[in-house]
Amino acid sequence: MSELILARLQFGITTAYHFLFVPLTLGLSVLVAIMETRYVRTGDETYKKMTQFWGKLFLSNFAMGVVTGLVQEFQFGMNWSEYSRFMGDIFGAPLAIEALLAFFIESTFLGVWVFGLDRLPKKVHALTIWLVAIASNLSALWILIANSFMQEPVGYVLRHGRAEMSSFWAVVTNPHVFYQFPHTVLSGFTTAGFFVLGVSAYHLLRHRYQDLFRRSFRLAVIFALVSVLATTAIGHLQGQYLVRTQPMAMAAAEAQWQTENPAGFSVVAAIDQRTETNPMDVKVPGMLSFLSHNSFRGQVTGIKEIQAADVQKYGPGNYIPPVAPMFWSFRVMVLIGVWLVLAALLAAWFSRKKGSLEGRTRFLKALVWTVPLPYIANFTGWYMAETGRQPWIVYGLQKTASAVSPSVSAGEVLTTLILFTLVYGVLAVADGYLLLKYIRRGPEETVNDQSGKGMERGASLWT
Amino acid sequence: MDLNTLWFILIAVLFIGFFFLEGFDYGVGVLLPFLGRTDDERRVLINSIGPVWDGNEVWLITAGGAIFAAFPNWYATLFSGFYLALALMLVALIVRGVSFEFRSSDDGVIWRKTWDWLLFGGSLVTALLWGVAVADLVHGVPINAAMQYAGSFWDLLSLYSLTGGLALLSLFIYHGALYLSLKTETPLVERAQGAAKVTGIVTILLVLVFALLTYVQTDLFTRGGAGFVLILSALALILSYAAARRGRSGWAFVLNALTVLFLTASVFWGLFPRVMVSSLRPQWSLTIYNAASSPYTLKIMTMVALILVPFVLLYQGWTYWVFRRRVSSKNLHY
Repeated sequence: MSELILARLQFGITTAYHFLFVPLTLGLSVLVAIMETRYVRTGDETYKKMTQFWGKLFLSNFAMGVVTGLVQEFQFGMNWSEYSRFMGDIFGAPLAIEALLAFFIESTFLGVWVFGLDRLPKKVHALTIWLVAIASNLSALWILIANSFMQEPVGYVLRHGRAEMSSFWAVVTNPHVFYQFPHTVLSGFTTAGFFVLGVSAYHLLRHRYQDLFRRSFRLAVIFALVSVLATTAIGHLQGQYLVRTQPMAMAAAEAQWQTENPAGFSVVAAIDQRTETNPMDVKVPGMLSFLSHNSFRGQVTGIKEIQAADVQKYGPGNYIPPVAPMFWSFRVMVLIGVWLVLAALLAAWFSRKKGSLEGRTRFLKALVWTVPLPYIANFTGWYMAETGRQPWIVYGLQKTASAVSPSVSAGEVLTTLILFTLVYGVLAVADGYLLLKYIRRGPEETVNDQSGKGMERGASLWT
Repeated sequence: MDLNTLWFILIAVLFIGFFFLEGFDYGVGVLLPFLGRTDDERRVLINSIGPVWDGNEVWLITAGGAIFAAFPNWYATLFSGFYLALALMLVALIVRGVSFEFRSSDDGVIWRKTWDWLLFGGSLVTALLWGVAVADLVHGVPINAAMQYAGSFWDLLSLYSLTGGLALLSLFIYHGALYLSLKTETPLVERAQGAAKVTGIVTILLVLVFALLTYVQTDLFTRGGAGFVLILSALALILSYAAARRGRSGWAFVLNALTVLFLTASVFWGLFPRVMVSSLRPQWSLTIYNAASSPYTLKIMTMVALILVPFVLLYQGWTYWVFRRRVSSKNLHY
């Protein structure tokens, strides 16, 4: 395999793995902060226990996000040195700001939150988890500003053989950010909402800690419902926006080879990239025109026409991303989104009255099995964003093939690929084991206390 | 002073902060299996850095981000050039980072032993590799006219760079022992002081050998006051050791902080205005000018840094104040 393929594989694996932990951090930090705020306001011990239980799960997830994020910070230079040279003038700035503005707050105040229970007034202690939550989401903003430039370059000039920043303001207010940031963060909130719903459902089914998990459920259901509705709404607008700004990506996601008016929406299709046709295609007439333009009539430009236009614009080359994976990723993401909206609505309906929830055992079981789904949707969404842009690493400016490190050999990339994959695999097993253990045990036994010294002089929430 | 110089200094400051703060974290990690005889004692050791290690590590991440933002060619050449070494360091940092959280999450004896040793190994490898990397930066590495690293992994390992690795590792262990002398109670505090006495003398020897080799093998002593600052670093270390012998751990720690400060400053001074020295031809070296971002980006980043850095210093300082007390087995998280 070539260095390029291996480097791409490595970026895909390490980034997808990192993003297993990020969405839950984004949402669960906010939920835990709300729980502790309620504890401070009401003095109700159940809220304190809630904070402890969900906080412990948050922490092991956060730790995984932090350590896998280290690789993210350095791998641009390792495998993508020519990308770093070409883009550093623009890409480095948001990364450095992310570290200065967000990572410092996050890491510093998380340490204070974990260890500071008996050293700080309650309100200050609750404030620290809010700072962690805000900083986590701020870090998402800055990394998405960086990614948005790759999707839609703005505020730059080509000079000295590289992209140089001409307007920081334009980079920061990239219109792409206004879709990508809320869509990503809210899908993180959705992930966390359904995580809490699923784990709560698990315990409600076993009639354990009913009060605590009923409250967790009711908090999460509002959070999940609002988040998932907003995520899908923004996702729809984002799709329409991409039709205009990255037409190839959307055409590929719809496997739309020919330009059509009106265009039908393919529900399922067999896709042949070689002949650039769909041998089998089940379409809803006019639906794609409607999704793209809010009208059942309207032209949707096909892949072939965009390819021809790109050749005109950028010179000879293949500008078509892998269509079938795009097509199916999109459908998996949307399908999961539909189920999550439905599940959140049902959960809200079933939990509106006290005691009506526990009887719905089949629905509760379904919620437990729903926990992995937002993760799959997150992955497929990012897969679309990153694959749909190919062959570009920076849309229209630099091709992925010319971004890899010339001084690194395929063998070296393979070595680190195996190394990271092995380490990540072992950590996944260890983290999965711990998560399941804590989830099954429930709130009482999460306390790490072998010495028998009680809470009264405890340094942390868990002593 | 132009902005290129300012950013060079700022990155030096970030590395000083990183080596000073993470230095004792690495040291505590390496000392863990030797000083902590029972599980409770090992928990105390880990908890002494528990609230702060993650925030300390952000100094490294920020330094990485700052290099990327201000000197993209430095970022590109350094990380693609030191490829396998950096990958190894990342794995060590990952393993070390999760050890804190994972160790305390289960009380099986084998489980805890495993994470203890991974914490030890991760800290040791990282500290060693930092020393190797710093020595290589001072010495110069094969960089061609196209700013590409033209050597292999083995070119990074030499008598000089390995001495640098051992010297920095030893310095960090000594640093960690002094930190523990301030942060723990009997009987750990006595053991930490004992460890400081042993590692202090080893560190002095290694740092002196490293300084001698630097004089023989590199151009550092010909570059302004860099050599003088390196000698100051060795002097501070000797004074620190003298204080440690008299049981004045506070003074020893402060003086050793100066050692770290002078050592890092000397390295950066010796490099200036280069950021990576080419051992093939001097004119192929990367400098703060040919590796830099555009003046506009440097200006933007300067404003951002001037606004944000004071806040970072303020609230990180505050956390050390909150956790100023010694750690006993009565209040532990990890």
